[in-house]
Amino acid sequence: MIERSFTKRLTSGLVPAVPYLWLGLFFLVPFLIVLKISLSDPAIAQPPYKPVFAWSDITGFLSALDLENFELLTQDDLYFRATLSSVRIAAISTILLLFVGFPIAYGMARAPERHRSLLVALVILPFWTSFLIRIYAWIAILKPEGLLTQALMGIGLISDPIEILNTEWAVYIGIVYAYLPFMVLPLYATLEKMDDTLLEAALDLGSTPWRSFWTITVPLAMPGIIAGSLLCFIPAVGEFVIPDLLGGSETLMIGRQLWSEFFSNRDWPLASAVAILLLIILVVPIVIYRDVEARRMEMRP
Amino acid sequence: MTRRLSIFNVTSLVMGFAFLYLPILLLVVYSFNASRLVTVWGGFSTQWYGALFRNQALMEAAWVTLRIALLSASIATVLGTLAALALTRYGRFPGRTLFTGMVYAPMVMPEVVTGLSLLLFFVAVDLDRGFWTITLAHTTLTMCFVTVVVQARLMTFDRSLEEAAMDLGAPPLRTFFSVTLPLIAPSIVAGFLLAFTLSLDDLVVASFNTGPGATTLPIKIYSQVRLGLSPEINAASTILIGLVTLGVILATLISKRSVLRSRRNAH
Repeated sequence: MIERSFTKRLTSGLVPAVPYLWLGLFFLVPFLIVLKISLSDPAIAQPPYKPVFAWSDITGFLSALDLENFELLTQDDLYFRATLSSVRIAAISTILLLFVGFPIAYGMARAPERHRSLLVALVILPFWTSFLIRIYAWIAILKPEGLLTQALMGIGLISDPIEILNTEWAVYIGIVYAYLPFMVLPLYATLEKMDDTLLEAALDLGSTPWRSFWTITVPLAMPGIIAGSLLCFIPAVGEFVIPDLLGGSETLMIGRQLWSEFFSNRDWPLASAVAILLLIILVVPIVIYRDVEARRMEMRP
Repeated sequence: MTRRLSIFNVTSLVMGFAFLYLPILLLVVYSFNASRLVTVWGGFSTQWYGALFRNQALMEAAWVTLRIALLSASIATVLGTLAALALTRYGRFPGRTLFTGMVYAPMVMPEVVTGLSLLLFFVAVDLDRGFWTITLAHTTLTMCFVTVVVQARLMTFDRSLEEAAMDLGAPPLRTFFSVTLPLIAPSIVAGFLLAFTLSLDDLVVASFNTGPGATTLPIKIYSQVRLGLSPEINAASTILIGLVTLGVILATLISKRSVLRSRRNAH
């Protein structure tokens, strides 16, 4: 019996232990390594950084760490501009996503109940198809002489090709397109539960539809608005593929900067410092998001 | 009262879905274009599909990607399910807060940061970059998504069934395999499919952790796209879209049937 309870404890202990060890090894340790390398000096070598690490020499290890890379980040205003521009692009995209996503989510919530699960499936389906392919599809549409220009010239709306590809506008279109499901689904989840009688009451009491939208629908949809916005804003800040394929060379984004520090300049310590900077930018929205999600979980019956 | 769709609702739905589907549709249509110029229609042709299957490098990349996705999604499904069980069935264990953090962090962490940190880790432990490093990286990233999917199911499920089995003398392991596992199986399948798709699709993490001989399809597509549009990529994309659509429809049908069956059994 003792033996049996021992094996029982052993096997039950394994359930948390295996994923715990895996994440510790492949998530926590790599993260600490990035933190460490961001504090070390670059070297022209393979690997291209001085591995300031030896258990026997703790003081030497600690003294070799410095904030040089972070000083560089503050001195060179490229990183400052890239940070600002990432946050700005992500914020504008999020607002555009709200404007595009809200009417869709609202329409879905008002559709007959038997069609709703099909509509949800239709919103999710593009998410399953490759992200890269969906961005690639836009190159053919947006490029000069591309399908959009052809279509607009065909109906006589414009006479000259329009430049969209390789501008910031193409990045906005790409982000809105790729992240739309992340905005629509949380919005739909809150709008679907909304009590219609409130709107009827407001209309009966003489409110205009526009006014009841702002004073009733929007406040009630706020949890969905916040969740959807953060769900789009957080990944958009660190986006690499969209600005790289659709944006021009002047479209600065921090994720793209990290990529080029790493692949083109081969400055691994600086790339690590940029990675830490990117995480610092995202700490606040992520903490807010966790808070919102925790509250939403509590509200659930 | 029944909700009514106004003209505005219908218009926004039609325009919204047109926005979501038109680019994909155009991509598919132009994969059957006879012209080498991707945006100029030159008549119907399937020549790019032929060219695709003769493109050795692309075929090889597809094979590598498929192997990585199958392997990493399988390991991630096991690890993710264990993690979900740990979070829902083990109450407080030492270091639970750290564990929860580690499960959620990879999902909100920018891909460039995940890719870079794993690469630096593999360099530090002197592991050659290639097939295995991408597999390990994808397993780590996707297991967290599996955890969330399975955890959601475990939280809504009727614990009394497990308790009944235990009260009747079934040991924990047997209870798990004969009661818990069948009940959470659909969510495990969904988690596996999610992990598989994420791995199939990943460019950023794979680019950081790739090595000689381990060029995945997204890496290959990305490098070709940077050189310009190519109708072969349209053809490859169309095949991928077709496979994914088929997979999603099948998964939906299977889950619908299992829901119907469990409803029938309940009555």
